[in-house]
Parts: sequence; C-alpha cells; structure tokens
Amino acid sequence: MSLLEVVRLDVRHGLLQAVREVSFSIDEGEIVALVGANGAGKSTLLRAIAGAHAPASGAVVFDGADVTALRAHQRVAQGIALVPEGRRLFASMTVEENLQVAMRVGRSGHWTIDAVMELFPMLRARKDALTGNLSGGERQAAAIGRALITNPRLVLLDEVSLGLAPVVIEQLYRSMRALLEGGATLVLVEQELSRALSVATRVMCMLEGRIVLDSPAAGVTRDQVVDAYFGLHRTGNASRGAA
Amino acid sequence: MSMVNLVVQGVLLGGYYALLACGLSLMFGVMRIINLAHGDLAILAAFLVFSISDYASISPFLALVAVVPIMAAVGWLLQRGILERSLRSGVLVPLLATFGLSIAIENLLFEAYGADTRSLGDMIGDLAFDSLEVNSHLSISYVAALIFALAVALLGGLSLFLKRTSLGRAIRATAEDPDTAELVGVNARAVYAIAAAIAVATVAIAGAMLAMRATFDSYTGPMQLIFAFEAVVIGGIGSLWGTLIGGIVLGLAQSIGAAFNPRWFLLAGHLTFLAVLGLRMLREWTRSRGGLRSALGLGG
Repeated sequence: MSLLEVVRLDVRHGLLQAVREVSFSIDEGEIVALVGANGAGKSTLLRAIAGAHAPASGAVVFDGADVTALRAHQRVAQGIALVPEGRRLFASMTVEENLQVAMRVGRSGHWTIDAVMELFPMLRARKDALTGNLSGGERQAAAIGRALITNPRLVLLDEVSLGLAPVVIEQLYRSMRALLEGGATLVLVEQELSRALSVATRVMCMLEGRIVLDSPAAGVTRDQVVDAYFGLHRTGNASRGAA
Repeated sequence: MSMVNLVVQGVLLGGYYALLACGLSLMFGVMRIINLAHGDLAILAAFLVFSISDYASISPFLALVAVVPIMAAVGWLLQRGILERSLRSGVLVPLLATFGLSIAIENLLFEAYGADTRSLGDMIGDLAFDSLEVNSHLSISYVAALIFALAVALLGGLSLFLKRTSLGRAIRATAEDPDTAELVGVNARAVYAIAAAIAVATVAIAGAMLAMRATFDSYTGPMQLIFAFEAVVIGGIGSLWGTLIGGIVLGLAQSIGAAFNPRWFLLAGHLTFLAVLGLRMLREWTRSRGGLRSALGLGG
C-alpha cells in the first residue's frame, strides 16, 4: 500500500486555480523530486498535502486514512512534515527553542535534538542563537531539523536551495546524505535540476497546476525534464494537431 | 509632600496599572487583539468577588481563588466563541466585537447591581487602611504594597512561563507565526484559547485589587481599559516586563502631576502616554528617512 495518495486534488488561491486535478501516489522509501517553473503549483501542492491550505476538492490519503479534513497540526501528529518555503523559523526564538516547539508533537523515533545536531553539525555552535540572526544555510538546516524532530514518515521539503550560495547548498546536501540514503520518504522541491535528478528516485514535473511528467529518475534524461518543465512537448503536440 | 513619598506612591500606583495591563498585553502580544472589554471584564470579576464574599461571608481573597478559574473559563469561551470567529474576518471585526461585549457587560452589570458604588475595602478589615510608617513623610499602604508585589510576581511568573515551559514556547511560536506553528504540530487555536484564559484570569486578579484599593460601579471599566492600554503602549507592545515599566511610568506621571495640581492627575498620565507615542512615531519617521539629520534636511 502506498504511503501517500493524492486523489484528484484541486487547490485554489481565490479565483486562481493553482493545482488542477492532480492524482499520484508515493510509496514508502521513495525520494520524489518535484520540479517545475515558478507558479507551476509545487508549493501549493505541498501545502495542501501538509494541511496548510485547504483544497477545493479531492482527497489526501495518508497511510490508508483520509486526512483531507484534518488540520495541519493533526497531520503532523500522523507523520507528515513540511519544511516551508522561506524556512519560516520563529525568528525571536533560539535554534534550540525552535526545535523544542516541534518536539511537543511527541512522536517518538530516531530524531531528537542531538540527532539533528549530529546531522547538521553547524547548528551545534548556534544552539542558543536567535534564528533571526542565522545565516541562510543555518536557517535552512534549522528548518529541516525542526521538521525532522516531529519524526515524520513523509517529509515535504520546499525550495531547499532557494537564495543559498552553491557552496552552502553543497554542504546542506552532504549533510542530508544520511537522511536521503537512510530510507526516508521525501518530496523535494528543488530548482537545480541536475541536483534534483541525482538525489531522487523519481521525478515529477508540474506545469500550470498539472503533473506533466512522472517517471523514475533513472529512466529520464535531463532534456526530457526540461521539455516538460517548459511545456515544449505540449506545444509540439499542439502545433502538430493544428497542422 | 516629600519627593521620596511622591516617587514611592507613584511606583506603587504603577504596580496596579501593570497588574491591570498584564492581560491586555498578553492578549495583544499573542493574538494581536486589542480587547476593548478588558476593563469591563475586570469590573465583572470585581462584582463576582464582591457577590461571593458577601453571600458566603468569606474573605474577598478566598472568593478571588474561586473567581480566577471562573474568569479563565470566561476567557477561554470568549476566544472560542467570539474572538476566533471574528479574527477570520480581518483586524477590525475583533475590535468591534470586544467593543460590543464591553457595552453588554456594563449594562448587564448595571441591570444586576444597580448604580451603587461599591468597594471591597470594608470586607478586608484593617488591611484596607493600615500602612507601614517609614517616617513622618513616608508611609506605605499595605494594599498598595501587596498589589505591587502581585504585579511583579505575575508579570515575572508569566515571563518565565513563556520562556521556560513547553506550553510557553508553543504560545510564543504561535504568537509569531500561527500558520507555521501548525506545521510543526502546534494546535494554534487551542493555544490562542489557553492564552486568552490566562489573560482573563489575570484580569480577575486586577479587578479584585481595584475593588480593594478603591471603589467601583458598573461603568468603571472603560477608564481602567484606558489606563491598561496606556501602560501597554508606554512599555512597548509585546513585552511583559515593558508593561511593568509602562505601568510604573504612568503611575509616576500621575502622582507627580497631581503634586503640582490635583486636577493634573489624569492629564499628566495622558500627556506622558501621548509624548511616548509621539516620540516613538518620530523615531520611526526618522529611521525610515535615514536618521534625524537627513530627515530634517541637515547635511547629507
């Protein structure tokens, strides 16, 4: 049975339809790279799965149970964790306090404050620093750590590398290797295509609210993803249809 | 009246304002709601203490022990029943809702208790008027000292609670960003209701203290709201220790103003509030224009 099943999900921002009838399922242990241009609906899809944005219609089924009606904090208790775009740390609180807030969920498992510090050694020295004073890389590490500490079964990572220097991104991914290779189930929004393809087991590409490509990472070339990314295959079809 | 006495009495009065402002500060800090029924809730608590200690012939302090949980429940219901719904409709609606609640409480109290002015002063025996005579120029009223100590203990205790406990951290996280708090597993609505319960419980203590040190009637609430609001703004919004300082500054201003002319008691407090507000706006204005000198067009 799949861990996550998204069924004909429609999500709107007012009049704008950001996600259109999206359906897919994810098995335990899959690492899915979700790619697509800005405004394709990636973040909205992740927020709808996490419960931060109520869908207009459709369903989110997690571990066999329909969680569509559950609020975000209840889904965290079920084991869904979202690292939101822009990190969204509690800036007036220290790194440790940010982690402690997430510990209230009380899901037991591998992830403790110590385990997070182990994963991201750069956080250890900054434990008592206000997160408002951290560097971009430290912030992203703290945000990922805060999600992990809820001991999720599914991690949704939105825009890991956004606004970070390449050397910092490299460092983050090196830290996350243990996580990525340790059997976690992840959905990863990553702008850097080659990196997304190298860490993922499966690639999904969104375009204008729809999933236009869904394939094992090994079975897809960079060019195919780029075509889907810009909708080139579709215009190709359209022009052939018009001819 | 000696200068020392003036300052001491002003600081003690400030303790009352800080106690009164504690709940308003907490509610504004966490939920961004200015509760216009704040003063009336204090008066409601004062009447409850009055009724219980009158009916059961017990000390008002004992009655207060019963009233604090009652008012905490009132706060919880207020958040779940009224404020939570009104918050969804923008910032203005909670303001209107609490304004309406304020009028409703005042008139219900008037219905129930009539126009008589009351005080708990005659129910607490000698404590009402006893004082510690330090010297011929300075005496400290026991009630005023008690209120000041309560204010420090309550604001300090709440600060520690917010800083050190798990629930306190959840409240701070929710205050900063309720959506993200939900994403890390905090039930933001429940946290809001708990914060409102704590806030209104502190209002109960403040109301009882008002009733012991002075008199009250059904329409005393709005004036108390103004004092609390001024203390919160002077002390800086969102800081509980700031609220203590704000209360003391307000108390000092009133007591020093009254020393010059008894009619300046309220005026001096209001003017201090306006001056602090004006200075803060000036600071924002100059900061947005790169400092005072460049804002005034002096040099580059």
